[in-house]
Amino acid sequence: MTVLARLDHVTRRFGEVLAVDDVTLDIHSGSILGLLGPNGAGKSTVLTMLQGLRKPTTGTVTLFGGSPGDYRMRQKLGGTPQETALPPTLRVGEVIDFVGRHFDDPLSTAAVAEEFGLGELLKRQTGALSGGQKRRLSVALAFVGQPRLVLLDEPTTGLDVDARRTLWDAVRRQHDRGATVVVTSHYLEEIEALAERVVVMGHGRVIADDTVTAVINQVSLRQVRLVTDQPDRVSGLPGVVGRDQGDNGSTTFYANDSDRLIVELVRSGIPFTDLTVRGATLEEAFLTLTGATDAASGEHVRSAQKEMNR
Amino acid sequence: MSTLTPTPTGTAPGSRAPVLGGRTGILALTLVHARIILVETFRIPAALIGSLVFPGLSLLFFVVPQRTVADNPEFATQAVIALSVFALMSNSLFSFGLNISANREQPWDPYLRTLPVPGVSRVLGQICSTGLMGLVSILPVIAIGALFTAAEASVLGVLAGIVALGISALPFMFIGISIGYSMSSKAAIAVVQIVMFGLAFAGGLFLPPYLFADWLDTLSKFLPSRQAREFVIWAVQGGELEPWVWIGILVWTAATFALALLLFRRDEGRRYR
Repeated sequence: MTVLARLDHVTRRFGEVLAVDDVTLDIHSGSILGLLGPNGAGKSTVLTMLQGLRKPTTGTVTLFGGSPGDYRMRQKLGGTPQETALPPTLRVGEVIDFVGRHFDDPLSTAAVAEEFGLGELLKRQTGALSGGQKRRLSVALAFVGQPRLVLLDEPTTGLDVDARRTLWDAVRRQHDRGATVVVTSHYLEEIEALAERVVVMGHGRVIADDTVTAVINQVSLRQVRLVTDQPDRVSGLPGVVGRDQGDNGSTTFYANDSDRLIVELVRSGIPFTDLTVRGATLEEAFLTLTGATDAASGEHVRSAQKEMNR
Repeated sequence: MSTLTPTPTGTAPGSRAPVLGGRTGILALTLVHARIILVETFRIPAALIGSLVFPGLSLLFFVVPQRTVADNPEFATQAVIALSVFALMSNSLFSFGLNISANREQPWDPYLRTLPVPGVSRVLGQICSTGLMGLVSILPVIAIGALFTAAEASVLGVLAGIVALGISALPFMFIGISIGYSMSSKAAIAVVQIVMFGLAFAGGLFLPPYLFADWLDTLSKFLPSRQAREFVIWAVQGGELEPWVWIGILVWTAATFALALLLFRRDEGRRYR
């Protein structure tokens, strides 16, 4: 496996904000790598540094053995504009053709249109496309130059289920033909459908780097909500990784295994009332695992992070 | 259907020298970018009217009715030249200043920066397309000048004048680029207008400099607009070229080019804090 791109102890600040904090990451050829994390975790900043749009504050970013700031290094790199970015007066065919002219060995406009279902739309101005069509065109542009490495930033945000599946299929077909793909998302479902390896980011740091299955097990949290006057004791029970203080006197605890937590809770004899259990959303799992819950549970979150860093 | 073939591993695909010619050379990419800018511009024809028609109208309203100027071949020719300089200057300032600052706020521009295209091709593409528009915008000025005033110039003089216009427009382009890369589009509109009218009045493009007070005349000689006016008049009508004209153009071109390059390199798109 060749390393196509590498981040070596990369830190990027925006003024006071630390967007990426000492990230080291190798992107190997041949895989689909999912970059998962809540908004503001630093996923997009990592991509923009790989594209040469931003320079790291410290550390080095390498693309195909060179600097991503050198335009020649980007000859085999594919990326997507945001859906709102397409110049509204240009026609679909003109945009594909324009992008293709930058590459030594591009796919033909007709081939791209066929692959991404844009054949009927080539004469249309991009301003007249629907959201889903714009998104398909944006993703298609990433593959026009027959790239070795493709960076997709939230490729299906805002699309309905069908449109999302169609796009995933197209991305998988391109991957089968040899493109290495890095896809960012805050949908676990999307990462599950596409990726083989997942890197979870939170607060600018890599908090997990593993296979999809392993990461899913780590981020599948359950919420246990109850009213108790001894929340610290509950937090101390095995398996609790975080907690949130509710407004109505209740406390929400996050645990990987809620059944076991309740057994432990009953066994401990801590008084409680109003028990409810439900699955945590991915966002909630992230917030817990990345230490954004209230300060009281900080210690548990840190231990959870350590666990994930192993 | 074409297929994606992975290139042999271990070789960096980008490890070749920058090339001028060829399919993805600097020249080809310059044309690709110039063309797409023109296509985009012409899709909204109303946007063209401002830069294409305004200088011609100015000549028609401000110069043609003043028969003392319009009937005097020397003054009329100078008025036509001054408005041609104005046409090119406003075109350069507006299309660079506003396009660049507006584009930096659109996510399309950051996308273009991720494509394998050197910055020089994008800037040259902008200059070629703007240059062509500038050339078109002085055609009505020349036509109105020839038909309704006593302005006169030899064919060779006109050609020399167009070359001189192109050279003396460089500082305006670089000022426009600097404005585009240093502020938001709303600020850029205001600044471009102030710079444009300031340079136009003080540079003798609306009122001939012989009507100026001495202090204004002295100040005027330090401005790129006044230098451009004198330079083109010299190219068309002949006579003597005073050193402050060409030295001024050289200094302004070098200084504004350095500033534009600095701001372009520093730019990472619009920053929100």
